[in-house]
Amino acid sequence: MNVILKVEQLKAYVESFEILHGIDLEVSPNEVVAFIGPSGCGKSTLLRCINRLHEETAGARVEGKIYLQDQNIYRLGSDPVDIRRKIGMVFQKPNPFPSMSIFENVASGLRLNRIAKGRELQERVEQALMQAALFDEVKDKMHQLGTSLSGGQQQRLCIARALAVKPPVLLMDEPTSALDPISTAKIEELVLQLKKEMTVIMVTHNMQQAARVSDKTAFFLYGNLIEYGITTDVFTTPSQKKTEEYITGRFG
Amino acid sequence: MSQRQLSTRKIVNVAGIALIVALSLLALSPLISVLYYVVAHGWRALSLDFFTKLPLPVGETGGGIGHAILGSIILVVMASIISVPIGLGMGVLLSEYRHLRISRLLGSVVDLLASIPSIVIGLFAYAIVVKPFHGFSAHAGAIALSIVMIPIVARTTEEMLKLVSQTVREAGLALGLPRYRMILRIVVKGSLGPILVGVILAVARIAGETAPLLFTAFSSQQWFQGLSQPIASIPVQIYNYAISPYDDWHEKAWGGALILILMVLGLNLSIRLFLARKNQTRSRS
Repeated sequence: MNVILKVEQLKAYVESFEILHGIDLEVSPNEVVAFIGPSGCGKSTLLRCINRLHEETAGARVEGKIYLQDQNIYRLGSDPVDIRRKIGMVFQKPNPFPSMSIFENVASGLRLNRIAKGRELQERVEQALMQAALFDEVKDKMHQLGTSLSGGQQQRLCIARALAVKPPVLLMDEPTSALDPISTAKIEELVLQLKKEMTVIMVTHNMQQAARVSDKTAFFLYGNLIEYGITTDVFTTPSQKKTEEYITGRFG
Repeated sequence: MSQRQLSTRKIVNVAGIALIVALSLLALSPLISVLYYVVAHGWRALSLDFFTKLPLPVGETGGGIGHAILGSIILVVMASIISVPIGLGMGVLLSEYRHLRISRLLGSVVDLLASIPSIVIGLFAYAIVVKPFHGFSAHAGAIALSIVMIPIVARTTEEMLKLVSQTVREAGLALGLPRYRMILRIVVKGSLGPILVGVILAVARIAGETAPLLFTAFSSQQWFQGLSQPIASIPVQIYNYAISPYDDWHEKAWGGALILILMVLGLNLSIRLFLARKNQTRSRS
């Protein structure tokens, strides 16, 4: 099986507290994987380990390996800056850059990393906005502040910002939890479009959302990966009792 | 709820608002009375000559404090050139690298620096600049003023940067930006407006400082003579006029105070207008 991302015996700590107790997980290209589980189960921490953002937390530490296209991102001498260029991230709350216009927000990754400028920059920004299904709504006001948009538009702006650098993997940390149902539907539709070009890993608290958009689902509990498989299987015939109890709403 | 309860609530509400308004007016009254006093005493001194002429010898009426206005502008610009880059850098260190030991140490140093009486800063500048170079100078005055200004710029920069949400920093890092570039191009650049307002407040503060200038820049009755020569400034000019026994000079001291206030106020308002307009054109286009 073709694998783009492989997590091996991953343990994550903050100070002496072990958040993840040795996670093993493989992701194939062009899949959408949903991470589900109750709050505090470690799903967001795992997501933040994949682009090495976990280590930004004070006192954080990681053991184990994560392979991105056969390269261990935690090997000695591996630069988190290089890894993060290949793995985009969308956060729980929309976070457009302050006092930057819509255009500048989307252009930021390309411009500040000196990847593109001029005509090419213009084209890639428009392309990213189209991919994020925002272009038609903002094409006449590209120079307004990014923060002047509505919440749902801001989140799609942040998605466009992450897409502009064309990462092979996109991480989404509860991307719709701060949004209304219509904006949520737009972003779910977007994820289904995006998987033609990249791999998406999404943390969600919304089980219907996991069922609607993901190909595979991983269920976490107390820092352990309890079950990982094809989404329809996990939701209809879970192999673990805990999974069944969680998805039927008996706890969590 | 009964009608009586409702009307009691309304009365309490009105009384509460009245109390707040009264207290606000009380808090504002010193400011208003200072402004009123300065304008009432100072406006008579104002004339074109007052802005453009040198002082005349005692006994002759007329003349102005043009040299002190120019001197103050030169001193403030020099002090800003020295202290804004240093203060900005310190503010970035204090906010963005606050986990470092040096940052915590620097924080205490900045607090200490801010609490030193400005006359002591004047003495310090006297010892390290005036004495070795054998004479009062604009350099010495600007250095003394910049020492007053640095902790203010550093602390305001720090406070403004701390307002930027942590997830904005993470989003910058997640795009694969090196940390220094994320800090400079996203966090600092995004806060330039508020930082600029902070710098202007610091400028307002040092424009009125007298003590650090008394034995550094000293004073002068001449137009600008060069940076290594003594230089006049509005606050020192006011001080010299105010302690004199002449009514004409007292009036000029009030005039100088009025000009000082107007300059600071004008600078403050123009920066705020500039920032407001910048944001407005942004959201309209």
